[in-house]
Amino acid sequence: MSVSTPKERRIILKHADDPNYSNRIGCYLREGGYGNLKKAFSMQPEEVGEEVLKSGVRGRGGAGFPAGMKWKFLDRKSGKPIYLICNADESEPGTFKDRQIMYKDPHQLIEGMMITAFAIGAKQAFIYIRAEFHEGARILERAISEAKKAGFCGNKILDSEYSCDLVVHRGAGAYICGEETGLIESLEGKRPNPRIKPPYFPAVLGLYQCPTIVNNVETLCNVRHIIEMGGEEFSKIGKPNNTGTRIWCVSGQVMKPGYYEFECGSLTLGQLIFDICGGLRPGRSLKAVIPGGSSAKVLRADERFSGTLKDGTEFDWGLEDIPLDFDGPMAAGSMSGSGGIIVMDDTVDIVEAMANVNAFYAHESCGQCTPCREGSLWMRKISQRMCSGGAREEDADLLLSVAKQIEGRTICAFGEAAAWPTQSFVTKFKDDFIRKATDSPKERDPKSLQLI
Amino acid sequence: MDNSINLSDDTLSKIDEVVPKYPEKRSAALMVIHLVQDELGAVDDASCEWIARRLELQPINIKELITFYPMLREKPWGRKHVRVCRTLPCALRGSYGTCKTFEKKLGVKEGHVSEDGEYSLEFMECLADCGQGPVVIVDEKTYENIDGKTAEKFADLLIDGKLDESDDFNSYEDSLTQGTKN
Ligand SMILES: Cc1cc2nc3c(=O)[nH]c(=O)nc-3n(C[C@H](O)[C@H](O)[C@H](O)COP(=O)(O)O)c2cc1C
Ligand code: SF4
Ligand code: FES
Repeated sequence: MSVSTPKERRIILKHADDPNYSNRIGCYLREGGYGNLKKAFSMQPEEVGEEVLKSGVRGRGGAGFPAGMKWKFLDRKSGKPIYLICNADESEPGTFKDRQIMYKDPHQLIEGMMITAFAIGAKQAFIYIRAEFHEGARILERAISEAKKAGFCGNKILDSEYSCDLVVHRGAGAYICGEETGLIESLEGKRPNPRIKPPYFPAVLGLYQCPTIVNNVETLCNVRHIIEMGGEEFSKIGKPNNTGTRIWCVSGQVMKPGYYEFECGSLTLGQLIFDICGGLRPGRSLKAVIPGGSSAKVLRADERFSGTLKDGTEFDWGLEDIPLDFDGPMAAGSMSGSGGIIVMDDTVDIVEAMANVNAFYAHESCGQCTPCREGSLWMRKISQRMCSGGAREEDADLLLSVAKQIEGRTICAFGEAAAWPTQSFVTKFKDDFIRKATDSPKERDPKSLQLI
Repeated sequence: MDNSINLSDDTLSKIDEVVPKYPEKRSAALMVIHLVQDELGAVDDASCEWIARRLELQPINIKELITFYPMLREKPWGRKHVRVCRTLPCALRGSYGTCKTFEKKLGVKEGHVSEDGEYSLEFMECLADCGQGPVVIVDEKTYENIDGKTAEKFADLLIDGKLDESDDFNSYEDSLTQGTKN
């Protein structure tokens, strides 16, 4: 490991892999658990919100919107009940961090949620968890009943006048339930067809048309630490506008894939891949990286990224120099999204990789908007045909034109999520797409895995 | 209420417990469907009607969920249901090979149930465990790093009913309760 590579700083995952720690309340209490709930209850709800605002913590679900600001948008004048929903759908390909939290330290999430519920004055709170997490749902149910018995959740929390029930709700295998308004529809017992926004965001009209806050699992866990440290102190972790730690989920072709928690901006993409994850397999070189879940635009290993950052500093980076925080991957024309980093080495057939991603989006479109439903289907069909011997030189442009007709023309951001991979793969690897049509070998290179 | 679809008392009481947790009955639809499906293996028309009545809805309100959500079923899977993740991170570690091995070993095509109803195989989208792919879920347990070659041994154990007792394959869920790092 090179000298300058920083160490992990585990705040959220502090106890996740401790052999002397389990997901039961005893362990959590032993480590000072629920002390921050008590601290929050000694404050005014608005003060809790202020601390979160001061912390600068940004949402960990994908969009990176500041949590404190989202809470401020709550419509408190309507007099309608307020709801809190934890987005535990964890459905963005390449992401597996919320799983670690819920299976290994569920009380951290419950404490974060009850502090949040208190701060926003929620009448009821829900955890929307993907159905594939069978055991995860059971672990949460058990943790909630432990917390209820101890007075940390449910009726008259900590003997105060404030009550808030917490309910675990299971999805049923649809990616679109991760989109917050699709999630809300699903929680209402309907098909998860996302809602048109603007003008109304969930903070104004959410669950049952009542003001609703939807936050990601990791975001809500951070609330607990913000209360512990104070917003000001928390904001010193990481970098301005990129505060706290982030859990990077590395998958694909590295020696040591896994989840790694670092202070925002404390290391580069190159350090993560080559030092922390042990680099690539012997004899391989880097071809491409998707930095923020499969919806993020792919980065090409030999690309240069240059421009001016928000704070005015100029940058000129190679892929390995991209700082891992919210703003770094964004400045490189992609995004840090959900923190899912997918690494591809030089054995990868890039057209097949794109075809794999396209098959995902075609399968997961909710079907409400014609450009998304038809476009994602056509992108899948074209890329699949390209991979089964029927590639044509004009396919690259055809794919780009389909993607272009989706972007910006749909109800929800799934449209972009489906279009961006194709746009970036085709633009950045045009040679690979042309070669597929002109001189693709009949036999697969045995080192190159089938991806479609 | 008319129990025309033969649910156990246990399931019925779980349903009675879950419905009042929600401010509106309709919200309980997915959870009730899960409970019914867990017991019966699928949600047929009669079950749809029963659930609709229980939640004061129309049968179509339930049917439209069954036909939308990938994990809800009108017909049951096999007695052992094997899910293999298809999405890019797992594919980059060999999941297409994993799926092929299972097709061969279990004698069933992906998306289908074997003729004797014993096995079914599903090539699914991302299961949120991408760091340890290829990921395989058997019924409710998650197994990691099952590439095409490893899947041969895995499938043999599964067929012999010895997967649970085997030390070679420890599920993500089991490694938690043992307090081991994974
Ligand atoms: C197609 C799509 C899928 C999404 N999937 C997830 C998901 O699985 N988990 C998640 O937390 N957010 C997901 N999001 C983002 C949510 O819509 C929402 O922004 C987020 O839950 C808000 O929480 P945060 O502010 O704490 O990040 C998705 C968004 C889109 C457009
Ligand atoms: S963009 Fe796609 S997923 Fe989103 S609402 Fe439209 S059809 Fe559904
Ligand atoms: S891609 Fe297989 S678990 Fe995510």
